[in-house]
Amino acid sequence: MSALPTPFTLPDHERQLRAKRRGRRRESATAWGFVLPAVLVIIGLSVVPVIWSLLLSFQADDLVTPSHWVGFDNYRALTEDPHFSQAVGNTLLYTVLYVPLSIVLGLLLALVLNRRIRLVGLYRTLIFIPFIISETAQGVLFSFILDPQFGAANSVLNKLGLPSQGFLTDPNQALPVLVAVSLWSGTGFCVVIYLAALQDVPQNLIEAAKLDGAGRWHLLRHVVLPTLTPVSVFLVMWQTLQALQVFDLVYVTTKGGPLGSTTVIVYFIWEQAFKNFTAGYGASAAYVLALALLVVGGAMRLARRRKSATAEGAAR
Amino acid sequence: MTATTTTPANGVRPHTPAPAAGPRPRRRLLPFSKWHLLLAPLGIIFALPMVWLVLSSVMSDAEINKFPPALWPSGIHLDGYRYVLGNAMFPRWFANSLIVSAVAVLSNLVFGSLGGYAFARMRFAGSRVLLVLMLATMAIPFQLTMIPTFLVMKKLGLIDTLGALIVPSLVTPFAVFLLRQFFLSLPRELEEAAWIDGCSRLRVLFRIVLPLSRPALATVAVLTFLSTWNDLTWPLIAINHDTHYTLQLGLTTFQGQHHTKWSAVMAGNVITVLPVLLAFLGAQKSFIQSITSSGLKG
Repeated sequence: MSALPTPFTLPDHERQLRAKRRGRRRESATAWGFVLPAVLVIIGLSVVPVIWSLLLSFQADDLVTPSHWVGFDNYRALTEDPHFSQAVGNTLLYTVLYVPLSIVLGLLLALVLNRRIRLVGLYRTLIFIPFIISETAQGVLFSFILDPQFGAANSVLNKLGLPSQGFLTDPNQALPVLVAVSLWSGTGFCVVIYLAALQDVPQNLIEAAKLDGAGRWHLLRHVVLPTLTPVSVFLVMWQTLQALQVFDLVYVTTKGGPLGSTTVIVYFIWEQAFKNFTAGYGASAAYVLALALLVVGGAMRLARRRKSATAEGAAR
Repeated sequence: MTATTTTPANGVRPHTPAPAAGPRPRRRLLPFSKWHLLLAPLGIIFALPMVWLVLSSVMSDAEINKFPPALWPSGIHLDGYRYVLGNAMFPRWFANSLIVSAVAVLSNLVFGSLGGYAFARMRFAGSRVLLVLMLATMAIPFQLTMIPTFLVMKKLGLIDTLGALIVPSLVTPFAVFLLRQFFLSLPRELEEAAWIDGCSRLRVLFRIVLPLSRPALATVAVLTFLSTWNDLTWPLIAINHDTHYTLQLGLTTFQGQHHTKWSAVMAGNVITVLPVLLAFLGAQKSFIQSITSSGLKG
C-alpha cells in the first residue's frame, strides 16, 4: 500500500483516509465479483422459485397458458382429494418403516464392524456400496430381480418349496418391498456415520467404566449409546427428510402403482405438475410437503439443542 | 472438518471388548471370530444384488428368458453389451451424463471457492444478509422449487437442452458454505504475508489457500459428482428428447421399452453404475470422509 517514502512531507491524514476508503470500496467490488455467480444461481433458482411456488399454489396453471387466481381452492381441494390423502398415508408408512429400521440396523452393524476382526474392511465396503448407486439403477435392478415371472427371487423361493410372490405387482407388498430396497441401499449411510461417531467415544470414559467393573452390556448402555445420542438425533432427522422426499425409486419401479399403493407425496406432486399439467395444484402439495419438512428439521434441531444443554448440565 | 478422527495416543481402536482383568483363557471353538457367522451372510446379502446385476448382464437372451430363470450364466455372452453400445443411444447418454457432471463438479469447485473465500475473508457490503440468505436456501427442498425452476428454464429457452441440466447445478449454497467453513479454519498469517507482498486476492486464493484445501475440495467434488450423476428427477422434468437424456433417464426409459431384453437392460445398468463404482473404489477414503463430514455437520 505505502508507495515511495516521502521523508520531508507530513503524512497526509486526509489522503490516507481516502486511500483506505478507496481500498475498501475496491475490496467490496472484488468480493461481490467473487460471490456473484453463487448469488445469481441462488436467487434465481431458489429464492425466486420459492416465492413463485407460493403464488402458483393460489393459481390454476397448466405450465403453458396464462394462469388465473383461485385463492385457497387448491389447498381446499387437497384436503378433499383421496389420492393426496393416500399419498400422505403411503409416505408416512414408508417413513415409519424405513427410518427406525435403517437406524437400528445401522447402529448394530456399526457396533459389530467397529471390532477388530479380519476382513472388516471388506464387510464395510460391501455394506456401503449400495448407498452410492443411483436409485434409478437400484430400481431397474430390483424390478428385474423381483419380476414375478422372470425374476431370480421367485426362482429361489420356488426352489425352497415356497410359493411365488407378486412383490412390486402386489398392492399389499409393493410398499414394504420398496422399504426393503431402500434399506439395502440406505443402511450403509447409517453404518458409516455411526462408525465415525464411535471413533469419538472418549477412550478414558470406557477405561474408567471398565475399572468400575462395568460389563459389556453396561458399557454399551451407559457409556457408548449416550455419547452417540447427538448422532442418532441427526440420523433420525436426516433419514426422515430423505424418506419424506422419496421419488426416483418409486418412479422407476412402480410409477405409484399398483392401485396407488406406492404413490408417495413427491410422486403426487410430479404427476400433478408434469403429467396432468395442474401446476398450481402441484405447487400447493409441494408447499404442504415443504412445511412438513421444515417442522421435522426444526423439531430435530430443537431436540439436539436441548440434548446438548442437558448433557452440559449433567457434566457440571 | 472431517468427522473421522483417529484414536489418540495408544492407537487402539475404541470399544474393543478386551477381557482385560481376568486371565480367563478364551476357548476358541472356531478358527475365526464368531462375528463372521453373522457378518458373512450379511455381506453376501448386501453383495448379492450387485453380483446378480453383473451375472445377468452377461447372460444370453435365451438364458435370461428361460422359465424358471437361470441363476448362473453358461458362459460370458456380450450380446447385451453389444446391443446397448451398438443400436441404442447409450453412448450418447453416457456422454451427456459425463458433460453435465464434469461441468457441475468444475464450476462448483471454482464458484464455490470464490464465494466461500469472499464470505470467509473479505469484508463487503451486504455480506451478512447474503450469508443468512444462503444458509436459508440450503433448507429449501427441491420439490418446492422444481415447478418454477422448470418455468425459469423455459423462459431462458433451455428446456430440452443440456443447459437446463447444467445451469441449476452450477453452484450450490452447500459448496459455498462448506468451503467457507474450511477457509475459516486455515491460519490467516499465510495469506497476510502474501497479501503484503502485493498478491491480489485471486492470486492468494489460487496459490495459497486452495492448495491447502484439498480435503474440502475433494468433498465438494465427490458430493457434486454423486448428486448430478445419480439424479433422475430433474432430467425427467427438463428433458423430452432422447438425444439429451442422461444415463439415469435413458436407463429407465430403455427398461420401459425393452421388457424382454433383460440382458441388455442389465448391461446398460452396469454401464450406468460403473463410473460411480470405479470412482468409489479408487478413492474410497475420500468418498467416505466426504459423506460423513457432510452428514455430521448437519
